[in-house]
Amino acid sequence: MSALDLINPTSGLYRKREPVFPRVVKGRFRQLKWAVMVFCLAVYYITPWIRWDRGAYAPDQAVLVDLANRRFYMFDIEIWPQEFYYVAGLLIMAGIGLFLVTSAVGRAWCGFACPQTVWTDLFQHVERWIDGDRNAQLKLNNAPWTAGKLGRRLSKWSIWLVIAMATGGAWIFYFSDAPTLASQFLSGDAPFVAYATVAVLTFTTFSLGGFMREQVCIYMCPWPRIQTAMLDEKSLIVTYRDWRGEPRTQGVKKAAAAGEKVGDCIDCNACVSVCPTGVDIRQGPQLGCINCALCIDACDEVMGKLNRPRGLIDYLNLDDEKHERAGGAARPILKTLLRPRTLIYFGIWCAIGVAMLFTLGERARLTIDSAQDRNPVVVTMSDGQVRNGWTIKMRNMEGRPRSVELTMAGLPQGRMWTDAMDRKDAARSVRLNLAADATTRLHLYVAAPAGPAGETPFALVARPLDATPGTKDGREAARDIKFIRQ
Amino acid sequence: MTDHNKRVDEATGTNLVGHEWDGIEELDTPLPRWWVYIFAATVVFAAGYVVAYPSFPDVAGGTGWSSRGQLDEALQAQTSARAPVVTAIAATPIEQLTANPQLMRSAIEGGRAAFKVNCVQCHGSGAAGSKGYPNLNDDDWLWGGDITSIHTTLVHGIRSPGSEETRFSQMPAFADILSKGQISALVNHVRAISGQGKPSAAGAQLFAENCASCHGPEGKGMREQGAPNLTDGIWLYGGDRASLTQTIAKARYGVMPHWATRLDPATVKMLAAYVHSLGGGEANPAPAPAETAAAPTGETNVGS
Repeated sequence: MSALDLINPTSGLYRKREPVFPRVVKGRFRQLKWAVMVFCLAVYYITPWIRWDRGAYAPDQAVLVDLANRRFYMFDIEIWPQEFYYVAGLLIMAGIGLFLVTSAVGRAWCGFACPQTVWTDLFQHVERWIDGDRNAQLKLNNAPWTAGKLGRRLSKWSIWLVIAMATGGAWIFYFSDAPTLASQFLSGDAPFVAYATVAVLTFTTFSLGGFMREQVCIYMCPWPRIQTAMLDEKSLIVTYRDWRGEPRTQGVKKAAAAGEKVGDCIDCNACVSVCPTGVDIRQGPQLGCINCALCIDACDEVMGKLNRPRGLIDYLNLDDEKHERAGGAARPILKTLLRPRTLIYFGIWCAIGVAMLFTLGERARLTIDSAQDRNPVVVTMSDGQVRNGWTIKMRNMEGRPRSVELTMAGLPQGRMWTDAMDRKDAARSVRLNLAADATTRLHLYVAAPAGPAGETPFALVARPLDATPGTKDGREAARDIKFIRQ
Repeated sequence: MTDHNKRVDEATGTNLVGHEWDGIEELDTPLPRWWVYIFAATVVFAAGYVVAYPSFPDVAGGTGWSSRGQLDEALQAQTSARAPVVTAIAATPIEQLTANPQLMRSAIEGGRAAFKVNCVQCHGSGAAGSKGYPNLNDDDWLWGGDITSIHTTLVHGIRSPGSEETRFSQMPAFADILSKGQISALVNHVRAISGQGKPSAAGAQLFAENCASCHGPEGKGMREQGAPNLTDGIWLYGGDRASLTQTIAKARYGVMPHWATRLDPATVKMLAAYVHSLGGGEANPAPAPAETAAAPTGETNVGS
């Protein structure tokens, strides 16, 4: 085998990519695709620029993943690292949502909302705008490299590059204050990682959206395999009604005149020529089909011209396909969408969402944590009392400084003081000022008369002084600890 | 290439690999061409990587990079990042260190690290000490518990040979001076004033004659002498009869090294800050004229 065989498409070992030049198409699913694309891109590009007033102690960006300070902001919700289980909950919701969407409408994610689909679609519109529709593109592709072709290619690639850079550029704004970073980025003062991120995302957007396209779906992405495994006989998939279309006939009138059996498919190849992944849906469900439904639009248009009913290619589930193939009447689509499995998924999805919202609303915004000194546990003081020590972490998760009173509940003879105090000022409670949206760390000592060896449980209670007791704001934080004598 | 077993899958028209598991066979689907290009690129990258980075034992890579060198650089970077703080600590007089909370915090953390290297051998990893080695967490100090006194102890040591200004005091061994019975009476008295036994008139008399000059008439100790407070609950060598008897009869001579010649001034200050932070640190005494240079009574300084 020579080195040339490695790249020889006829060797059978390796396959060259067949370029796909999808034709423009109009119709209801194209409209939907437009709407989803505009919505997704708008959400992606605009979100980081939305401002949200959180007061003086927190950033005013509505959605911000503040990695440096380990805070995640989403409108009125602020997540600390130890509350990351909310993100885990979101991921679980995304998982259940995937089950729901897949069991109801099949690979709708692939066909409409996947970034690879959205950006490829966008790039293909640019391509049509510069090079013309399918036939012009095919012609240009096969033409020799002239100045004109080079000019078209360069202008197409330039526009792609601008889009790709904007894509990468928008990403970084989710991680830092957008207006500040934007001006830093343009003046060259942004951190290296910002430029590196934009460069990587520009490269991936440009190459995946411009050149790899359906190769990503067919060879790289695990999603189609996962989704294919999750489809069942009730999931909607793009289906060719072959019992109605076959035998496909190109010269319908002639064939009909000759008395041959004629199907509705006139073999115009419209469905193939509009397909962004270059598959022929008439061969049945296949991995390459991302269920974008553009072939439905294309076929409906042709059927309309032929005065035949629409839906030769249509969303259909496997059960209904069998039913229709056997001569049954078409069933309403709601019967597919609203069935126990989808309703249960939807119920679980909603339940997790509601539970998360509830706990978000109820979660403690003032917490106290302690770690008892272990080496030494007990220190005998010169007056004969014994002392224990704790490292205390008080988290004030509110976006304002707070003042709290830390009180001992139990251990009646004990007195406490902090590392910022002197023991002679030791008392049953100490007042602490907690910085806004921060963890305050201090060392706490408690001394009590010596006694028999053992543990005496008591509690530290932090009571906010700046809110009414009983309200959510005035809720106390408590921590059960033990005083140890040896 | 031999094609003996080449069979084609009817549904896809693709060759079969030839393996079969319970009737399931694997298609010999061709790789996409770009995949092959990327594979070739990784091979080229690997060749470059082998040349540029250390890939064989004892052979340096073309870039000269090594994990040991990277560690050195990281340590160097840490040291230079820390330099301004260390310089500031070195430039701050010890009695003013506590007034600067931020610097103090850095000093405590630096001292924590230095303590682990230099002090844990005697004082223990938690500074809790053991018999003969004081617990640094409590509020009982032989030579003073404000940061300046702690610093002085660290710099000059206690009874440390080779240090001119070392803290020095020597308790006499009373075995040669007092009889066994008298020592026993003294022990009774010391246990009485520390709340462990009944008062002894003979002991009190002996105490006033022999011990009060250093330990004070009430036995509350004297920091200028490093004489311990005998009335509190803390005993360096033990407060039971046997230990007290041995202490009085044979005396004690604990030595703490002077660190001025072993550690740099900033590290010694950081150690003082750390020890001061352990829970028993005292505030600096008001700047009174009493602070004359340490004039130990030990005129018989054996260290010189």
